[in-house]
Amino acid sequence: MTPAPRPLSPHLSIYKPQLTSVLSISHRMTGLALSVGTVLLVWWLVAAASGERAFAAAQGFWGSWIGLLLLFGWTFSLFFHLCNGIRHLLWDAGWGFELRQTYISGWTVVAASGALTLVAYIAGLVAWTPK
Amino acid sequence: MRTPLGRAIGLGSAKEGVQHWWVQRLTALALVPLVLWFAASLIAHLGADRGAVLTWLGSPVPAIIMVLLLIAGLYHMALGVQVVIEDYIHTEWVKLAALVLDRFAAFVLAVAGIFAVLRIAVGG
Repeated sequence: MTPAPRPLSPHLSIYKPQLTSVLSISHRMTGLALSVGTVLLVWWLVAAASGERAFAAAQGFWGSWIGLLLLFGWTFSLFFHLCNGIRHLLWDAGWGFELRQTYISGWTVVAASGALTLVAYIAGLVAWTPK
Repeated sequence: MRTPLGRAIGLGSAKEGVQHWWVQRLTALALVPLVLWFAASLIAHLGADRGAVLTWLGSPVPAIIMVLLLIAGLYHMALGVQVVIEDYIHTEWVKLAALVLDRFAAFVLAVAGIFAVLRIAVGG
């Protein structure tokens, strides 16, 4: 006997994406991306402690196009997760639950993480002294 | 309504009370200044050779802050990834394996990272 089809609650795909939901899932995805980034940070630290050859290999990876692409992704992920994380801490403190405030804080997070990424890259280009 | 017994031994369905939630927030709070320091430090050392990196992490204050960043960051990571696993993986043994791997990976990365910093800072 096949069970009678039961009504299902509306699933994710039925909803129109909104700023609130997009930022929420982005917080998770940037968190996961940063977790992978942490693995490579530890690799870089261990390489620096190990010796010239290991360090050169790690630096070679970061300098490659895939390394630079990942670095750019992680820079944005870091700043986004930081800004949206502060938004979460404010919610935890009981602030900002009104719909209007939620949208204001959401767009602030988008603008701030974009601006911080831009500032980081401008500062990086200015500070860059190839040796 | 909550009975006194429930208050004492309940701790909710996860059997751990608010411990997970609270430590996630504590580490988040700690990571705000640590991450800003980290980003600024990396920018300042762009293009640096190994000697410059060893000099930087060989000084006490950067070494201490880097160890704090590793502890807070990897703890925060282990807790965050755990929630994602619990939310999206529904096959029991896969979930269990992923949860074990999550904690093991966090410990291995923490030990490796802290050892590397200590070796640079005090090992020469």
